Amino acid sequence: MNLKRTVIFVAVVLVIGLSAYTLSFGASVGDYDIIPVRDAIKYGLDLRGGVYVVLEARPNEGETVTGEVLDRAVATIRNRVDALGVSEPVIAKQGENRIRVELPDVTDSERAVEIIGKTAQLKFLGPDGNEVLTGQNVRNAEAVYQTNPSGFKQAVVSLELDSEGADSFADVTGAIMEIEDVPGYQPERSISIVLDEEVISAPEVMAHITDGKAVIDGMRDIEAAAELATLIKAGALPVDLETAEIRAIGPTLGANSLERSVRAGLIGILLVMVFMIAYYRIPGLVADLALVIYIMIVLLVLVSINAALTLPGVAGLLLSIGMAVDANVIIFERLKEELRNGKSLRPAIDAGFKRAFTTILDSNVTTLIAAAVLFYLGAGPIQGFAVTLSIGIITSMFTAIVITRLLLKLVVGMNITKNTKLFGA
Amino acid sequence: MKIFEKRKLWFGISGLIILVGLVFTLITGLNLGIDFTGGTIIQIDLGKTFTAQEIREITDGFDKEAAITYAGEERTQVQIKTKLDLSETERAEIFDQFKDKYGLDAGSLVSMQKVGPTIGDQLKKQAFISLAAAAVGMLLYITYRFEFKFGVAATAALLHDMLIMLAVYAVMQIPINTSFIAAVLTIVGYSINATIVIFDRIRENRGFMKKGTSLAELVNLSINQTIARSMNTSLTTLLTIGMIYILGVSAIKEFALPLIVGILSGTYSSVLIAGPLWAVWKGKEGPKAGRA
Repeated sequence: MNLKRTVIFVAVVLVIGLSAYTLSFGASVGDYDIIPVRDAIKYGLDLRGGVYVVLEARPNEGETVTGEVLDRAVATIRNRVDALGVSEPVIAKQGENRIRVELPDVTDSERAVEIIGKTAQLKFLGPDGNEVLTGQNVRNAEAVYQTNPSGFKQAVVSLELDSEGADSFADVTGAIMEIEDVPGYQPERSISIVLDEEVISAPEVMAHITDGKAVIDGMRDIEAAAELATLIKAGALPVDLETAEIRAIGPTLGANSLERSVRAGLIGILLVMVFMIAYYRIPGLVADLALVIYIMIVLLVLVSINAALTLPGVAGLLLSIGMAVDANVIIFERLKEELRNGKSLRPAIDAGFKRAFTTILDSNVTTLIAAAVLFYLGAGPIQGFAVTLSIGIITSMFTAIVITRLLLKLVVGMNITKNTKLFGA
Repeated sequence: MKIFEKRKLWFGISGLIILVGLVFTLITGLNLGIDFTGGTIIQIDLGKTFTAQEIREITDGFDKEAAITYAGEERTQVQIKTKLDLSETERAEIFDQFKDKYGLDAGSLVSMQKVGPTIGDQLKKQAFISLAAAAVGMLLYITYRFEFKFGVAATAALLHDMLIMLAVYAVMQIPINTSFIAAVLTIVGYSINATIVIFDRIRENRGFMKKGTSLAELVNLSINQTIARSMNTSLTTLLTIGMIYILGVSAIKEFALPLIVGILSGTYSSVLIAGPLWAVWKGKEGPKAGRA
């Protein structure tokens, strides 16, 4: 027995075990905290809960949907979503006339869709119905409480206009002040505030306003005022959008999906490991060690590229584990053949790895082609699946060809047994 | 094992399954899910068990054809599926009725999916383009690394797997959604992997075969040398995917099932279809396998 190599092997096993423990449960080293990989990984909407919306542009007659129009719509939606305070939202163009919006952790899907999809065309109309100013003239809008002359506190949207808006507002209010004020409401002295063709408020003008400060009253409550302020600030959508697809996943469903998939996956992995030892003996044990390294690398890569793990992604991960073992199976079957052909252990291992290499390369490249197509043409969860599958395939080639080989040679070098039966012969 | 000699049996079994699938497709049609047909699925946690009848009292108000199914571990959740493209207000109205009747809050809405009618057409187009692009990519790679006839035989085996998966879905009337398309593409990657391992062995053996060795012997030898690998890899993959099918939630089962069917079909086509198919075609250009 070679003591030095045995010590190295035991050390390697310990390091693998310790890393796996740290990754699973986290650790504290001095001032540094390593969080468990389970908490570090980013989850897709299906595992985390949230809202997924696809909006489709419906141009009115005479309008055309260009990439530029969609870009502006994306920017507007981004403003609105940011105002909602959603963390890590995704807003992206999809195809020629669609926009995909992913809002993690949002539970009220209806309200989210309403805010995202509202056209929000704000107009101020004078008594004669002429446009005084539009939402574009508004520099700032916020929800505040205002006390009205009769002492009531009410929620309003306070607007700050740009100079152009302030000028025309001054003109109109000035003209209105020329009309005689009699008791009672006088439509001819009012300015209508119209949102999406709906008059939300038509206050009578009481003063000549020259400082560009206006107020929209008639709000239900402060939340409604805040919502309207958000819509006005974010500006109008350049084109009408219709929701073509909505998927809302509650947080409990997501968490439950993740927990059960992880448990099922762990059982599956254990079964694979038991099978490998039972069938391939010592090489099988080495392959299991390589498999643990493989799983750790894939998870760390997912964390470091900040890729979202989706439910199909979990399936892709498990599929890739099955396929990671495949590279080792190919190698070990070759090893068996070489041993049966009468080669001694070390040359058999070398020949086994060498001859298995082109097989593994060709078979994995063809699978990568499929994964690349999935990534390029898929969307949402499917892309997540393609990412995990690709990372899995590339990592598995590394662990199967490099790691397994190093470990197997180390084990052989320990000179514990010359019994080739333990190597599958 | 004399795999090449029994090729008519292997081709026959596959042909029969595909034919049955085709007959079902023509008679009953494929069960296209809402991703293709468009429609709305609402899942609500009622917090107690219920009868379909009570649910109907609400759902009949908007669609008498709506499908009501139980969901959740304790069967306290209801899933309502309709082909109608419900608007925001309609959906809110339905949920409000449930809220009133069962005393629920906003958190009781487990999930909601709405797919408009235009999405399905695009998905079909996308699926078709994806499959074609993957097939062409693989054909080119195999032609470059092997030869054109290997590429065509491997692609034929892939087509076989897709048809088998479709046949199973047609016969069992399982709804076909986006996850099925993704699973088919995955199996394309998986099955080609298995086929290449065998073709790689044929390529290798061909190099040092004695002159006069028949194609049948070459194919049989290569398949038998790789059969342990084919079986073990399928087994290990089935162990992990099988587990998530047995223990996973319905959303992942929908993905795991076609994968299981595909893995079985992919193993079958790699071992029993692809090699013999290549040999039959190759045999037409001359009886000798060995390189001159």
